[in-house]
Amino acid sequence: MNSILDVSRRGFLKGSAVLGAGLVVAFVIPGAHRFAVGAENEGNIFAPNAFLRIGNDNSVTVLLGHSEMGQGIWTGLTMLIAEELDADWSTIRVEHSPASAAEYGLPGFGGMQITGGSTSTWMEFDRYRQAGAAARLMLIDAAAKRFDVAPSQIRTESGVVIAGDKRATYGELADDAGKLPVPDPASIKFKEAKDWKVIGKPTKRLDTPEKITGRAKFGMDVQFDGLMTAMVARPPVFGGSVKSFEGAEALAVPGVHKVVQVPTGVAVIADHYWAAKLGRDALKVDWDLGPNTGLDSHKLLESFRKLAATPGISASKAGDATVALGKATKKIDVEYSVPYLAHAPMEPLNCTVKISKDTCEIWTGTQFQTLDQMIAGKITGLKPEQVEIHTEFLGGGFGRRANPTSDFVAEAVQVAKAAGAPVKTVWSREDDIRGGYYRSMFLHQANIGLDAGGMPIAWKHVMVGQSIMDGTAFAAMMVKDGVDKTSVEGVVDSPYLEDLADHQVELHSPKTGISVLWLRSVGHSHTAFVMESLIDELAEAAGKDPVEYRRALLKNHPRHLGVLNLAVEKANWTAPLPDGHALGVAVHESFGSYVAHVAEVSQDNLKIRVHRVVCAVDCGIAVNPMSIAAQMESCITFGLGFALHSKLTVKDGQVMQSNFHDYQVLRLNEMPVVEVHIVPSTERSGGIGEAGVPPTAPAVANAVFALTGQRLRELPLQLSGV
Amino acid sequence: MLTLNINGKDQELDVPADMPLLWVLRDVAHLTGTKFGCGMAQCGACTVHVDGAPLRACITPATAVANGQKILTIEGLSTDGSHPVQQAWAELDVVQCGYCQSGQIMSAAALLAKIPKPTDSDIDQALSGNICRCGTYPRIREAVKRAAEIG
Repeated sequence: MNSILDVSRRGFLKGSAVLGAGLVVAFVIPGAHRFAVGAENEGNIFAPNAFLRIGNDNSVTVLLGHSEMGQGIWTGLTMLIAEELDADWSTIRVEHSPASAAEYGLPGFGGMQITGGSTSTWMEFDRYRQAGAAARLMLIDAAAKRFDVAPSQIRTESGVVIAGDKRATYGELADDAGKLPVPDPASIKFKEAKDWKVIGKPTKRLDTPEKITGRAKFGMDVQFDGLMTAMVARPPVFGGSVKSFEGAEALAVPGVHKVVQVPTGVAVIADHYWAAKLGRDALKVDWDLGPNTGLDSHKLLESFRKLAATPGISASKAGDATVALGKATKKIDVEYSVPYLAHAPMEPLNCTVKISKDTCEIWTGTQFQTLDQMIAGKITGLKPEQVEIHTEFLGGGFGRRANPTSDFVAEAVQVAKAAGAPVKTVWSREDDIRGGYYRSMFLHQANIGLDAGGMPIAWKHVMVGQSIMDGTAFAAMMVKDGVDKTSVEGVVDSPYLEDLADHQVELHSPKTGISVLWLRSVGHSHTAFVMESLIDELAEAAGKDPVEYRRALLKNHPRHLGVLNLAVEKANWTAPLPDGHALGVAVHESFGSYVAHVAEVSQDNLKIRVHRVVCAVDCGIAVNPMSIAAQMESCITFGLGFALHSKLTVKDGQVMQSNFHDYQVLRLNEMPVVEVHIVPSTERSGGIGEAGVPPTAPAVANAVFALTGQRLRELPLQLSGV
Repeated sequence: MLTLNINGKDQELDVPADMPLLWVLRDVAHLTGTKFGCGMAQCGACTVHVDGAPLRACITPATAVANGQKILTIEGLSTDGSHPVQQAWAELDVVQCGYCQSGQIMSAAALLAKIPKPTDSDIDQALSGNICRCGTYPRIREAVKRAAEIG
């Protein structure tokens, strides 16, 4: 077998061999002491996260502690460094950093190295700029010594230090700069926003060349001599386990080498995927199906409904909603529900593991390096720092590659351990769709009272759905008094409720036996659908235009209003539409960003068609407007997928769907025209990877109501014939 | 032993008779640019060209294309990203996670080889079999049109 691992990159990360061959890393900031050439830099750590290396060849290499999964973080965080470094953009390259909580951990996540929650840009806004600024100061100091001029007489421009008529490139100064002390980060003064040349400039992605030529390496593409491929037969029912198995027929498949039991099932280990798959097909397992053979999502929803009629845990309460409801002129009493969803990233889950006496090497696309290290360490008996993770490109994440249980990494470590050999464990699409860790099914019931003017005066809201955080390492941070914040976000912090003197939100968090996980936009993926549909229902009951009604309710929420007004203006809300078309609107804040969508729909034989989505986004400082537009397009596509198609159902404890033919997502022929408008802002950046998802489904649902008069309160949206 | 003509070169490969072309390309020929997404021709991530026509490698036994057919993968489309489709993809900043893009690009290249100036409906037909979960569809549409101009 040929080894087609990217040798240069591996060598670079490993350090000495390549460094010795002349690819000189002259200085390293921050905290990259293990890569430093000179002893002078040992311990020069002024920030635990960002890496920057400048070579004598003028190359600028950013080692990114965050995982690139499509969201464009390679480009966005690199722009922050480049801004303060005054780097020549054409010389910059990016790599995923090694895994290390000490060096790349985020204080906002308890020191763990994580990419998730739409946090990377805002959490790193200062640290990455500091890394660039500190390097620039060191280069200036080096030039000041070389040219014998005061640092104040020196300026920098596009990778060059300039002192009067003297010039030196960063590469030429790199050796000297590497010998200087790293400045105290507190002493660093950032550029003023008016002087920004990179931040705010629409900038193309840095990973495009690899990704359009097939050269980009995803976890799935890891290959090296002696590596085998495994597939795991897992219980067909949630909570099942292996009673016994017979591996002879699997072992008879040419190319199959081993059949081993692991905690999650039985692994068939072979030369390649195809042999592993045929081997797994031939495997005979006698399963103990466990306690969940009666699980049925339809019945489960009925049980949620019964729970909703009982008192829940209070998630938010003001005044007395019951008394206020009694005074209402009009009442709305409705129920909404959303199904289980699979993330279904295009790259099926996979993880490559090689265990030796002192190390456990892992190659995978992961969002949770630190947890993976802890869990792999526990399984192998090694310390977390002995677990070396090579983060590869993620072929989509959407939350699935950030699991508090590190399920796919843990399993792959168990397989490699049981096999006693390096193994890549690969999931099929069916394994992925049926493998659990879904967006939870949720039921919402709302009882809202309006006054004579049609405005809300009382709001009772009950939610039922399984908690993501309960029982995980995040529970201490995210579950307070029995309320998982991710269950209720988008409701309890809604601007509509905030301004309402009498409201109450109650939550039930039943355990179902089905594992649940955050899916892109997490709680907002259902709460925005419910809240923004409800507001439309209230507007209808009040006999008011949905936009005017929202404007009245959001009068004290300028950023909501800003995106609402921009979206409806750009969409020509009041202009005539083609026959058979209608508009719907929704506005929602999540992850610190405000997004409004106006959707234009029609229907053809009860099939909903979305023609256009006009999006306005206020994400604070727009670091890379091109990336923000791409992420809004991405969010809208993702949101339309589950607004129109995606749904998992469970019967007899088994997931009924298995692949893209019955778990449908949006395809190109259904893609509307998308327009993205960014509100200029100097506020702190919010997240952009998720915030466009929540308002998508309700904008479409509200447009469908405007078109047909049918108020669809379940996802996916399905028109009924009359 | 099978002889496959991959990217202009004949390669002798020792593979099981029923092995799909996808896994021969990826696990035996080590051409990992062609991706596995679904295994049942639902997502298009495995799209390659066989004698110029797009084909889903995940359900095509390698033996079916071992009679001198010319197999072209993303690695053979160009080595430097200079194919008009790749140029247009770069110009319009199409990719996100990138996993589906080899298949998208191969489907688009096959479309343009057959229909140099495709209509929206031609693009829908040729590319709706290629799923992108990141939602690069609007840019793919524009990039196909741009590639037609670059031609």
